[in-house]
Amino acid sequence: MTSVIVSSPYVSPSKSLRQLMINVIIGLVPGTLAYIWFFGYGVLVNIILAIGLALIFEAIVLKLRDKPIKPHLTDFSAVVAAWLFALCLPMNSPWWLVLIGIGFCMIAGKHLYGGLGFNPFNPAMVGYVALLISFPKEMTTWYLPQVISGQSLSLIDSLAYSFGLFEIEHWDAFSSATPLDQYKTGLTQNLAASEIFQSPVFGALGGVGWEWIAGGWLIGGFWLLISRTINWHIPVAVVCGLLLFATGRYFLDTATVASPVFHLFSGSIIIGAFFIATDPVTAATTNKGRIYYGLMIGMLVYIIRSWGGYPDGVAFAVLLANMCVPLIDYYTQPRIYGGQDQDE
Amino acid sequence: MSIKLHKFHGGLHTEDHKKGSLISGLQQATLPAQLILPLKQHIGDSNKPLVSVGDRVLRGQLIADSSSAISAPVHASSSGIVSEIGARPVPHPSGQSDLCIVIDVDGKDESIKQKTSPIENLSGAELIDKIQRAGIVGLGGAVFPTAAKLARGNDLGIKTLIINGAECEPYITCDDTLMQNYAAEVVSGIAYLQCILKPENTLIGIEDNKPAAIKSIQLAIEKSPLSQTEVVSIPTIYPSGGEKQLIKILTGKEVPASKLAFDIGLFCQNVGTCVAITRALEHDQALISRIVTLSGNGIQNPGNWEVWLGTPVSHLIELAGGYKINQAKSQHLVMGGPMMGFSLSSDAVPIVKASNNILVMQQQTIPLTPGYHDECVRCAKCVEVCPAQLLPQQLYWQARAKNHERSEEYHLFDCIECGCCAAVCPSQIPLVQYYRAEKSEIRTARQAHFKSDRARLRFEFREQRLLLKKQQDEERRRLKREALQKKNPKIPDRKVEVDPVQAALERVKARKQTQAAEPRNTTNLTPEQQQQIEEADARRRAAREQPK
Repeated sequence: MTSVIVSSPYVSPSKSLRQLMINVIIGLVPGTLAYIWFFGYGVLVNIILAIGLALIFEAIVLKLRDKPIKPHLTDFSAVVAAWLFALCLPMNSPWWLVLIGIGFCMIAGKHLYGGLGFNPFNPAMVGYVALLISFPKEMTTWYLPQVISGQSLSLIDSLAYSFGLFEIEHWDAFSSATPLDQYKTGLTQNLAASEIFQSPVFGALGGVGWEWIAGGWLIGGFWLLISRTINWHIPVAVVCGLLLFATGRYFLDTATVASPVFHLFSGSIIIGAFFIATDPVTAATTNKGRIYYGLMIGMLVYIIRSWGGYPDGVAFAVLLANMCVPLIDYYTQPRIYGGQDQDE
Repeated sequence: MSIKLHKFHGGLHTEDHKKGSLISGLQQATLPAQLILPLKQHIGDSNKPLVSVGDRVLRGQLIADSSSAISAPVHASSSGIVSEIGARPVPHPSGQSDLCIVIDVDGKDESIKQKTSPIENLSGAELIDKIQRAGIVGLGGAVFPTAAKLARGNDLGIKTLIINGAECEPYITCDDTLMQNYAAEVVSGIAYLQCILKPENTLIGIEDNKPAAIKSIQLAIEKSPLSQTEVVSIPTIYPSGGEKQLIKILTGKEVPASKLAFDIGLFCQNVGTCVAITRALEHDQALISRIVTLSGNGIQNPGNWEVWLGTPVSHLIELAGGYKINQAKSQHLVMGGPMMGFSLSSDAVPIVKASNNILVMQQQTIPLTPGYHDECVRCAKCVEVCPAQLLPQQLYWQARAKNHERSEEYHLFDCIECGCCAAVCPSQIPLVQYYRAEKSEIRTARQAHFKSDRARLRFEFREQRLLLKKQQDEERRRLKREALQKKNPKIPDRKVEVDPVQAALERVKARKQTQAAEPRNTTNLTPEQQQQIEEADARRRAAREQPK
């Protein structure tokens, strides 16, 4: 009798890559639902378009690279990346914007580096930043939440709108900057935070609607923690990094500076902390390193929001922190069993 | 008296699969038709055979030994005729063959004459010598010669003796069975170890999923005169039976990296080894049998057997009712546990001193398809479970790139190959396989480096030696010349006299002249010879002129 030689251990792994990705997708659902609730089906159209195109790009590149297509498509990593990318886009984005962005995300952000596991930068953020720099007008045309504008589109209309087949008069009248953008513009006009917050786009905690969406991400984030898909280190460190600066400055200057709560519930800091910064491939892997990495993102977000050129800074902060990951990992190696000093 | 338990980092709560093999208790295996005894069943230096083909050997007879300090002799497990000494497949991760002594068993099971001698008055060194002669090695799996370990421990001084009855790997129950059946022998083995090492206290670590074993050992200790000896029930978590992990659990101490347990006054020994020591000392019985678990979902009747060393695995499988499915091909054989064991290439290999378990798994339960796995996404689940507190994902990256220097920087050699990382990897990467390959590559590179270093040193030494010799020779010649000149001032200084080129030319000229004058073999011929030469010449001429 003979048998195949395989190396130990001979036990089935408890988790699969696909399961981890599905957990992330489940975690994205509450926030996405809230997002659609407040901003209409345009959000959903973005997501569907992005996922469909991402899978097509992934399949083409895998074919070109002579890699097995099915196992890679069904690990759902492309779905997660596309979903996160779509959430960054303004609702009702034209189809070509999604196409260019997701193409850059999958090809340049992921496969040119060698595919899943080899990309140093978060692919979704790479795609988003490429668009933000290349198409500033399209990327900053946001719409008012439906509760304010009173305008809503059906799913079919939203889809048609993305493909330029549907026009509404005065639709532009409902476009608006995001709350963070308004806050930033107000600051450049030397307005005090209290004055800026008079605008109807601001709610109790952050922007109207946005605060609920952030709550949705928070629920999803807790799910990720409970299901042990991610560890607490990165999200907590990101939030702490932001709060550290935001609170410090708020107490020094309550008049002109937005409250830490506003910073937390506006923009993408919560989704960034739980879903984007925690992308394992591009994040630090040691526990101590994760804390440095998260703190760095939180602080960079605050710096970019307050003094940088962009209203929100999560994408840039994550990409900058991605760059530092090899260094962070190298210098935060834990002490091994029987190792001598604490910081070996 | 109860001690405070500590935790080691990481580890896994695995399904233990131990019940199946515990139902039927300890069974005595029958003698096989043939015993295959590998010459080397330990870690250390190889043995040489002491018998030749055709010899009749008796049970307990020494058949292979070495003069090296780190080695363990091999004894015949039963009586019979040596039918072959040659390469046979042996249980080894490499799957390679090794030199074995094959004995055709005659079934009489005749023993060599036991000369049981009283051991009460023996010194520690004499006891160690007796243990060495019985061929005892660590039966927990490491198979390091016990006597060598004891001698070293004795030199360094031992504070705490740790007896390992953890048996943390899934499926394996041989130590559990041993503790339940041979508790008294375990305890008297511990007494002998205490007698040799003189530790201040002794801790027996047993996982809390073995209550019966814990109870039997406790009872046996109560009946014995042992003092300062405690059975400690430890939490069931893999790999608590790893020496370093058990030390951490029981003492809270960590063995410093690249050091061994006895460097910090600790000495670990497996419970099976204790029984072997008792039998060697009390009955002059060599290590010729051990308890082996047969388990897995591919075997009819799992259980524990006391097996003669050298018994082919196939014989044992027959005893257990054979494979579950008739197609033997759909089975996967593993020696050891599912976490750290290794695949057997066939069931013709023998049971050796290291064999604690034979795992028969149906092929489809093996999750790994060799060749394909997802890529590492750096999720660091492996970091959470690594009991050596390494960064397996970084090690994998370096091992894959064959970046030896970086692999060592990330403490590759502190990896205990427990398999926890691979067991939790969502990408199902056979991580341990990468580490093993990288380790062996580094070892090979080191060896090559060592060899080239030694060759260079030798070369440099030779160059220096030749230079020195030349200088010494010159010096001697100079002194001699000076002495001669002093004695006989007429001897001229050689240097001035002749131009060497001119001299050489003249020598050549002289040689040519003598050559010209010398007789050649064509002078002074007889008329017949002259005629023959002329005829031959004529034939040559004719042949040359013939048209083609």
